[in-house]
Amino acid sequence: MKGITSFALALAAAFVVATAILAAQNPGAAPAAANAQAAPKGSAENGKKVFSSYGCYECHGYAAQGGGAGPRLAPRPIAFTAFSKYVRLPTGQMPPYTSKVVSDQELADIFAFLSSIPAAPAANTIPILTR
Amino acid sequence: MADSKSNQFDRRDFLKGAAAGAAALAATPEPAAAAPTQAQPPAVALPSAQARVAETQPVPLDIQALVEDHPGSDFMVDVLKHLGFEYVAANPGSSFRSLHESIVNYGGNKAPELLTCCHEESSAFMACGYAKVEGKPMAIMAHSTVGLQHASIGVYEAFGAGVPVFIILGNTIDAADRRPGVEWSHSAQDAASMVRDYTKWDDLPISLTHFAESAVRGYKIAMTPPMGPVVLVADSHLQEAGVEEHGPLRMPRLTLARPPAADSGAVAELAKLLVAAENPVLLGGQAIRTPEGMRLLIELAETLQAPVSGGKFPSRHPLRQGGGAIRNADLVVGLDVPDFWGTVNTYLDQHVRRVQSNTRPGVKLVSLTSGDLYLKSNYQNFQRYTEVDMAIAADPEATLPSLLEAVKRLVTPDRQRAFAERGKRIAAASAQALEQARTAATFGWNESPISVPRLTAELWNAIKDHDWANVGGVGGGPLWNIDKHYQTIDGGGVSAEGGDLPTAVGAALAHRKHGRLAVSIQKDGDFMYAPGALWTAAHHRIPFLSVMHNNRCYHQEVMHIQRMANRHQRGITNAGIGNRLDDPNIDFAAMARAMGVHGEGPITNPNDLGPAIRRAVDVVLKGEPALVDVVSQPR
Repeated sequence: MKGITSFALALAAAFVVATAILAAQNPGAAPAAANAQAAPKGSAENGKKVFSSYGCYECHGYAAQGGGAGPRLAPRPIAFTAFSKYVRLPTGQMPPYTSKVVSDQELADIFAFLSSIPAAPAANTIPILTR
Repeated sequence: MADSKSNQFDRRDFLKGAAAGAAALAATPEPAAAAPTQAQPPAVALPSAQARVAETQPVPLDIQALVEDHPGSDFMVDVLKHLGFEYVAANPGSSFRSLHESIVNYGGNKAPELLTCCHEESSAFMACGYAKVEGKPMAIMAHSTVGLQHASIGVYEAFGAGVPVFIILGNTIDAADRRPGVEWSHSAQDAASMVRDYTKWDDLPISLTHFAESAVRGYKIAMTPPMGPVVLVADSHLQEAGVEEHGPLRMPRLTLARPPAADSGAVAELAKLLVAAENPVLLGGQAIRTPEGMRLLIELAETLQAPVSGGKFPSRHPLRQGGGAIRNADLVVGLDVPDFWGTVNTYLDQHVRRVQSNTRPGVKLVSLTSGDLYLKSNYQNFQRYTEVDMAIAADPEATLPSLLEAVKRLVTPDRQRAFAERGKRIAAASAQALEQARTAATFGWNESPISVPRLTAELWNAIKDHDWANVGGVGGGPLWNIDKHYQTIDGGGVSAEGGDLPTAVGAALAHRKHGRLAVSIQKDGDFMYAPGALWTAAHHRIPFLSVMHNNRCYHQEVMHIQRMANRHQRGITNAGIGNRLDDPNIDFAAMARAMGVHGEGPITNPNDLGPAIRRAVDVVLKGEPALVDVVSQPR
């Protein structure tokens, strides 16, 4: 009699899963500067374009802020090696992005874009979030 | 039924006479057109020979062959009034013309009132939304063929969501009684068969007594958990012929079946498990229908200091938890959970599909659901079979009183102390989760397109001081303080696109008499299926605010195509083809205004959003619908 979950419940469930993935992907969230040092050189400008044209924003949002379908990726992304490994061989629901789809250089560009995203305002500085 | 004049007249005899007359007219040769005698045509066209015959011949039958003071459809209206229907939603159709007329004239268009719908799908979804709030069915009317075909997806939604909907189909079963042409294509020998796989019961009454009994029986079946839609075929002859044909008529008494509660043995066993468990979790599912049900669930959770995940449970209650709560559980009790298997497992949608358990080894699973009492085979919305340790086939809300009492009897001081410690841990985790949600909302706060957390936060800020209710679409998110059972109508269903708008209109209609501020976060793709429901809201002065989550795409489908393109390693730049809703962008505010609804947008600057929503709320508070179009991020 009962059907599958509604979009809203799916959204809530995805939020939980996304949070768990984020926690797994982002343990201790290394400082941006340290991440950038470990990553190959990339173009943040091209990374922003690729992030949009390759549909990363579909799940993670245009500012990589995360959402119902994918975890937050920025600011302060996880280390490049972990990032690259997960993109190529994801262990969760994310589809795999092989090098045929996203080149190593494009991956570095995306990472540069993620590393360039500034910190968000603190919640207590946004009045409607405190009510 | 009002008094009726003596009008014993057999409609079939009349039709035979009328047919003979028509045949005679048809056989009369039409005189050849006279040659014009002057250049100018006459000011008034001369009547044809056929018209002259029709107007000058004596009326072949008594006037009683032409009129019917008390058609059967009047009695059908009496039945609908008897059952307490407030509304009948319909796109008008000739197969139920007599019933339509009886509702608006004989019945005074009041209880039930006719709702003008622009699509039968909208009628069905409106009935779903209404029932989810009001807890009882709305009636809908449709042609037995083309109307039901349109309505069918909404009927399936009602079945999947377990909500009562009362469907009346106009039909002409007697082939000799059908007008040539349309009435044939609008008739079926077994009209309800098309939706029988996803309705609880149907009937084709052949007398008014039969109609009354089946209407009362159908209503009772629809309202018995698990609730669902029922179908009653209203034959056109039955509607249009006089009630006198049927002899004395009476109205059967309606006695609703008491929802099935669990037996005392099952209740005792479950109570024992709950009290003994170290980390029990209650899954709220679709269990709660009433404020009393919500109160009982809160009391059960507080007695046990056990977390509740999902369902109608206050969102800021310290015992409210997300889906992750089951990971450490040693007992998971599912209360009418639509997809229990999918809750305790994660299914990875990769090329080689894999299942991951979301629970720890040794966990005990208990299902308490009326879904075990009723199942159909063809449509697979019942989800995967769940291997549970205990299956209780009963209505959770009806079982909560005895379960609560049984739990209280078993709680010892030692267990009470353990519960208190557990409650502190859960409360701390809940408070932390709320803070995390606040922080999560800050990311992308000033982005354009506007982030979904910004959209929901701005909407929440505008409604939080009112008696509000979310009437569907996208949920409000973790920052909304939901503490009343009527504030959400999510859950269940069959994920049918196109239903959010009419569902919202139906739910808002139910909220109207309570003076609640109804709001909906509407998906753009869903809206485009049957936007006429917005006109219905304007026409019937149904106040509600629709905030358009306009991401200009069927993004769920983009993600599927993206998944396939990645799997096939072909690149994903074409994933938007067939999915995007741009070029041209849809101007939803203009669409709203065209239907007489306050429309604003498209809003692209997040700083413009709050004021636009507040202006729209002011319109809704005055009793009108309003729409704010927000250009938003995908998710």
